[in-house]
Amino acid sequence: MGGGLTLNHFLVLSLIVFSFGLFTVLTRRNAIGILMGVELILNSANINYLAFAFYGGGKYDGQIFAIFVIMLAAAEAVIGLAVVLAIYQNFKTIDVDATETLRG
Amino acid sequence: MLAQIIFYALAALTVGSAAFVAFSRNIVYSTFALLGAFMGVVGIYILLAADFVAMVQLLVYVGGILVLTIFAVMLTAGIGDVTVSNRAVGTGSAIFTVGIAALVMLYAILRTQWHQVAGFTPAPTTYAIGNAFLGDYVLPFEVASLVLLAALIGAIVISRHEATE
Repeated sequence: MGGGLTLNHFLVLSLIVFSFGLFTVLTRRNAIGILMGVELILNSANINYLAFAFYGGGKYDGQIFAIFVIMLAAAEAVIGLAVVLAIYQNFKTIDVDATETLRG
Repeated sequence: MLAQIIFYALAALTVGSAAFVAFSRNIVYSTFALLGAFMGVVGIYILLAADFVAMVQLLVYVGGILVLTIFAVMLTAGIGDVTVSNRAVGTGSAIFTVGIAALVMLYAILRTQWHQVAGFTPAPTTYAIGNAFLGDYVLPFEVASLVLLAALIGAIVISRHEATE
């Protein structure tokens, strides 16, 4: 690729996005906030897939895996948000520290 | 040089939005910042010559997941109660953990000699991806439709269960 961009540019960008996503997952107590962090992590993984596909000679396998990741992320978001709404109906809150009925 | 300028602009948009998602005290602002992160990632995909994946990302993430997330936020969080709606705990230990993980990965990225193939000219990808989905990847492609069907039914069952009782 012209312009002096290398594979490491994209890997480091992906690493930064991953770190913010992991930080979001670790610190949020709002269940929807945690799901947002998971979406950030999945996006950073996709950046890695496409970067390796591009710098590995333009094979399409990486792009196809990225599409599968996007598909699973959509399914995960649907199920996750449905669970969150069900929790909200039961507990009137989605703070993950407050929903501790199963805690022994 | 132009590619570098575009890359750093897109990276700034993505990283800035992701930081806003991670640090904002207001869950609604976090959700809308997610839009910026997704759009920046779409630009990165186009920069990596993945036009079809970029459009899929635009349709599924921005058009689907983000709208769904905004709906869920509006339905659940006490919007007026900003400080409670997006509480963060354990910030110090989280920064420590994430910092250690990031340093290890950065070391791995910079130390590894990645296998790279030079001299690749970008071409439209939709045709080849469609052929691959109905050729080498036909089994995962069909299983994916089952996964989506299960997710659809599961979401309906989970979200309707308590409402009917």
